[in-house]
Amino acid sequence: MSQITTPNGFTLDNSGRRIAIDPVTRIEGHLRIEVNVDSANVIRNAVSVGTMWRGLEPILKGRDPRDAWSFVQRICGVCTGVHALASVRAVEDALAIKIPTNANTIRNIMQLALYVHDHLVHFYHLHALDWVDVVSALSASPKATADLQQSLSPWPYASVGYFKEVQERVRKLVGSGQLGPFRNGYWGHAAYKLPPEANLMAVAHYIEALNFQREIVKIQAVFGGKNPHPMWLVGGVPSAINVHGAGSSGAPVNVERLNLVADIAERAHTFIAQVYIPDLLAIASFYKEWFKYGGGLAASSLLSYGEFPAKANDDSNSSLLIPRGAIINGDLKQLHEVDLRDPAQVQEFVPHSWYSYADAKAGLHPWEGQTELDFKLGDKTRKSADKIEAFDEEGKYSYIKAPRWKGHAMETGPLARMVIAYVSGNGRVRELVDGTLKKLDLPLAALFSTLGRTAARGLEGLWAAERLKEEIVRLQTTIKSGNEATANTEKWEPSSWPREAKGVGYCEAPRGALGHWIRIKDEKILNYQCVVPTTWNASPRDAQGNIGAYEAALLGVPMVDPAKPLEILRVIHSFDPCLACATHVIGPDGSALSVAKVL
Amino acid sequence: MTKTTQTFYDVLMHRGISRRDFLGFCATTATYLGLGPEGPGLLAHAMETKPRVPVLWLHGLECTCCSESFLRSGHPLATDIVMSMISLDYDDTIMAAAGDQAEAIVSDIIRDYRGAYILAVEGNIPLANDGMACIVGGRPFKHQFDEAAKHAKAIIAWGTCASSGCVQAAKPNPTQATPVHKLVNHVPVINVPGCPPIAEVMTSIISYILTYERLPELDSQLRPKMFYAQRVHDKCYRRAHFDAGQFVEHWDDDGARQGWCLYKMGCRGPTTYNACASMGWNENTSFPIRSGHGCIGCSEEGFWDRGPFYERLPNMHQWGVESNADKVAAVAATALGVAVATQLGVTLVKRALHKAPAIEVERREGEPPQ
Repeated sequence: MSQITTPNGFTLDNSGRRIAIDPVTRIEGHLRIEVNVDSANVIRNAVSVGTMWRGLEPILKGRDPRDAWSFVQRICGVCTGVHALASVRAVEDALAIKIPTNANTIRNIMQLALYVHDHLVHFYHLHALDWVDVVSALSASPKATADLQQSLSPWPYASVGYFKEVQERVRKLVGSGQLGPFRNGYWGHAAYKLPPEANLMAVAHYIEALNFQREIVKIQAVFGGKNPHPMWLVGGVPSAINVHGAGSSGAPVNVERLNLVADIAERAHTFIAQVYIPDLLAIASFYKEWFKYGGGLAASSLLSYGEFPAKANDDSNSSLLIPRGAIINGDLKQLHEVDLRDPAQVQEFVPHSWYSYADAKAGLHPWEGQTELDFKLGDKTRKSADKIEAFDEEGKYSYIKAPRWKGHAMETGPLARMVIAYVSGNGRVRELVDGTLKKLDLPLAALFSTLGRTAARGLEGLWAAERLKEEIVRLQTTIKSGNEATANTEKWEPSSWPREAKGVGYCEAPRGALGHWIRIKDEKILNYQCVVPTTWNASPRDAQGNIGAYEAALLGVPMVDPAKPLEILRVIHSFDPCLACATHVIGPDGSALSVAKVL
Repeated sequence: MTKTTQTFYDVLMHRGISRRDFLGFCATTATYLGLGPEGPGLLAHAMETKPRVPVLWLHGLECTCCSESFLRSGHPLATDIVMSMISLDYDDTIMAAAGDQAEAIVSDIIRDYRGAYILAVEGNIPLANDGMACIVGGRPFKHQFDEAAKHAKAIIAWGTCASSGCVQAAKPNPTQATPVHKLVNHVPVINVPGCPPIAEVMTSIISYILTYERLPELDSQLRPKMFYAQRVHDKCYRRAHFDAGQFVEHWDDDGARQGWCLYKMGCRGPTTYNACASMGWNENTSFPIRSGHGCIGCSEEGFWDRGPFYERLPNMHQWGVESNADKVAAVAATALGVAVATQLGVTLVKRALHKAPAIEVERREGEPPQ
């Protein structure tokens, strides 16, 4: 290859200088990105390499389906709970178990709390340092910073003395020569554009958000006992409700617990509205060119499985607060129906992944998922000593499979959800999106970009904080009506199950569309397959040569200094990668693995 | 000369501790450590001036729940630890640098702080396929781990992954995921199990090492005795219901709504050594049993292969003595009288627990599943 055009319309040219970023940091898990840049340092080819693999699905074979949630929850401890939620839904689907209204509401509350937490942590702790120069904060005027803060929101931490203290703390850290997590950062890079005062304000909020995020997850701790990795239950939730009666003080959910949850939700909403959103707009206004770069598949191919059923056991779009659907070919007027059971819709391909199928070019629906590890490197892989210098994208190059929806490579995540909710006519989402675009004086198309993705995540964080408060009221209202049920145990005993069953569990994780497909036989798991958000976004090429969302988004991005890959981090971080999620897959039989020795 | 280094003393000042209290703390600590009459002054001087200990926090096969838990710590705050108490020079979850700039930090710290840095490991090391199930910087993670481990002062193995294998090491362990202590010689390893460990257990271990300048006392499984010597069952707020024979029988039944014992729903509290019931999670907001679900034993080696999690413990060897919950409850219902019966139950349970080594847990042969 020198220059080719992919079937999904992107031009790739690998003739220029090759750059590898490994590890890509401030993500979950292990990811490597390689790009080729032209003589003007513009990215012309991109290769996304998932570099870890944990093999969880064969471990599930033969186990009790009611235990599955706890195993798959350990796929990811960052977006903790999403795999457990998809898993209990898959088992309930397979066994036709209906959950009580309160269980549905409590699951919504836990999932909304996760959205608020995860989006906040992503913005400040995984993404902000791509835009914020920590060292520049040292030259800020605390007075001007306080003025800036006070002009943006009524947030109370806005005094001159406060910003002086934060600045002093950073000065000591930098002055000590021991910068800790800020060591070897790209400080002073020409691509940083914020004035020192905005940098100081953002650093203060980095610290505040790190201190505050631990409060938000206490909502999950109330209903699930701990976070990360709260407890779930097939048929409902484990947290029984006792608001009125004897023994209430020892019950999982009582009036004190509900007050705690409501108080945290209120404070979380305030933090998002008064800190996160103003920061997002302030930072975005200095980087408007990033509403042009990094779009990739966003303008053409978006996917959402839908989330937050308002009515228990109803996952139709009339019930889902975030709708299910697909947009293809950039046609925002048509929202395509998505059916996770249809064998022709979601399929996974492996010609460029370290797995093999009997038919190398086939796409398999997850219920038929069959995989064998096949770790082989392409002929043009460049190696030195014990190190791989450059992977060969013409061969196999990732532990991530290539999932496709009706053959299309898709982007999934907050941007996809917000756009699909927007075109579905969701009033609050339209208000948030239109209001933000107006403030920044940008057209709708600006959403399909690096900062569009980042902005969509922030707006969804605010949307989720609002819904979180509403769902808590919904829980209280149902309890007030006399309904305290939290679990349906009719089919708890395996003896009540059919001999064979199969089910699918959907979920919209903070990072995007997540599906679990289960087959049950003789009370045990026969096969378990997960197709997760980062598998979609970090996908390698497929049999036809279509590139995935990360690879597409990097094309055309200009770099100031390819040796300091700040721009690549901006694009990739805008997706919020989660590699442990993406690369846990293995075949259903767990049999001997064929592996080519490479080093 | 302007003082720029933020030391442990600065952190205490920042947290509102007075100098007088600080010196008092040093005096007490020096006495405790047996440092002699000049001890308090030396300790105060050291804590005021010594540079922060560099920490390399490497990630193998894992899910990052340990990092997330660490960030939840309320006392000390994770921000204080990261910005002021240690120098967290490498942690790919939060570090600013990436790629070459990140890789350089590992080699620089090994060179500049040989034998003086702490290595923290989250996740474990896959040995199958030449270690290529986890590739960092184009090399097997094992190479990075070996280099960093060799010259570390001590290694903290965060979580059940690093301590004993956890979920990817459950049968059939397709990647040969291997815990840290099996791959290290001559460097002390501290196992901090749990999936994840409790936030304040993690930060307490770090602050203990810094404050008392010693590694915590460990048990035979290399776990700090201060947090892992007692069972969840020993400290459970529902323990009285166990002793009284009051059990949750079905999800969401009256017992569940009154916080009765979850033993019959499969709770692993009686065989799990962890601080959940005493310290609680998320600044003591709750712990699994308080939220209505039994403990799954996530800090115990091999717990994933001891399911199903909803099958109660009497089917397992180490509980295989004369007492079980049915007997406790049955006795409670007889004419012996509740008080006597409860006492008998307590006695039998005590005998059972004292006999329980909590190691071997397999179903008895020929015994039907519940």
